Amino acid sequence: MSVPEDRRYSKEHEWALAERDGLVLVGITDFAQHELGDVVYVELPKPGDRVTQNAQMGEVESVKAVSELFSPVSGEVTAVNDDVKNAPELLNESPHEKGWLIRVKPDDPAELDSLLDAPAYAALIE
Amino acid sequence: MADAPLRTTVLHDDHVSLGARMVPFAGYDMPVQYAGVLAEARAVRTAAGIFDVSHMGRFAVDGPDARALLDWVHTADVGEAMPMGRARYGLLCNESGGIIDDAIVYRLGEERFIIVANAANAPKVFAWLERWRDERFPGTTLTDRTAEIAMIALQGPDATYIAGQVAGFDPDAVRPFNVVETEVMGASALIARTGYTGEDGIEIMPASEVASALWRALMDAGAAPCGLGARDTLRLEAALLLHGSDMDETVNPIEAGLERFVRLERDFCGADAVRAAAENGTARVLAGFRTAERGPAPRAHHRILIDGADVGEVTSGSYSPYLDTNIGLGYLPREASEPGTPIAVDVRGRQIPAQIVALPFYKRSR
Repeated sequence: MSVPEDRRYSKEHEWALAERDGLVLVGITDFAQHELGDVVYVELPKPGDRVTQNAQMGEVESVKAVSELFSPVSGEVTAVNDDVKNAPELLNESPHEKGWLIRVKPDDPAELDSLLDAPAYAALIE
Repeated sequence: MADAPLRTTVLHDDHVSLGARMVPFAGYDMPVQYAGVLAEARAVRTAAGIFDVSHMGRFAVDGPDARALLDWVHTADVGEAMPMGRARYGLLCNESGGIIDDAIVYRLGEERFIIVANAANAPKVFAWLERWRDERFPGTTLTDRTAEIAMIALQGPDATYIAGQVAGFDPDAVRPFNVVETEVMGASALIARTGYTGEDGIEIMPASEVASALWRALMDAGAAPCGLGARDTLRLEAALLLHGSDMDETVNPIEAGLERFVRLERDFCGADAVRAAAENGTARVLAGFRTAERGPAPRAHHRILIDGADVGEVTSGSYSPYLDTNIGLGYLPREASEPGTPIAVDVRGRQIPAQIVALPFYKRSR
């Protein structure tokens, strides 16, 4: 199971990657996509929507089950990955890269410090 | 019952060691997926896949009254008119015409039959057979052979070729809905040209001691190991009903759209009620629908709406890889069940547009 070192993780299996311009990219982890199985539908917030850390921001549906998505960070959604809306299988194929979900302008960049680092998340899913 | 230990099939250790994801199903610890539901469904539609269906109940029905007993409990004609080596799908109905289970009856000899019941209903079906043996058909011997013989479904366009390679199967000698007694991996086995995927294929019932070797040999020959997830998606695309979801004892075969598996002129348990339903029509009927576009999938127990009014309930629903949209089955007023009728499904508070369509959703080209 891949757990990249460059980002932080929530216990709900989302990742948050701080970008150079102060924005935060959000997605689900490799572990999460593996647990879900084939993803066939993703419901995401819209640009301009607000998301709140640990609050539901959408849902992801596999062939057999529906799961809630929780935001790992609070702030305003600046972009949504339309590719995953059209091709949900990207969440399975590339959860950490092409399968990113939303980009957020965080209210407080320090909020990321409350998330797990890669070794802690790797221990969580062991 | 919630805390009862899960039962296992003879292939359980193979599933675990091969990395399948296991889930509880009908009291058994069963593989829900191997490589993934979509990859497995694709393998079955384009090549071949194997499913462990050893959790289903396999009951031998033997003796001078065996044929009459089965003819009484089963809606298809499995009596005089069923030749040896044939298999027939049909329903077991209670006295009110409610569906106790759906089951295939296989005729092996003059007085020898096998009936295969759904795992969740197996104890109920066996008790039902015992009841009628005791009341009306004493010359019948009932034997639960579920543990001593395994059951592997090999399904897909390459299935019969693979069965030829591994088990010497001759598809020209065993046509669809036929069964043969043979040997597989040096042990006795039944091979039936039946299945639950909408594809050509067979179901092999080998002595349990060779099941693991057979599973591995079928994999080596190119069959993809598959789990219950793909099986459910494939059977729904083929509009093959699932007892406990799409039908149960509160539903009769006419409501479930299964008239073609009922010989109405015959005398079978529940026949009067089923005949009345056929003659008078039923208020509701099972229909299929597909959504206008990909989106959240309708699932069992979601409500069906027409012009905002609640008219029925979804019994099965899933993403369909074949149609690349969502499909489902549900009960509707008969007048609202015509193909083309626009409906909506309430999926977690959102009204998802859909349309009634003719069944099946998927039919293989021959």
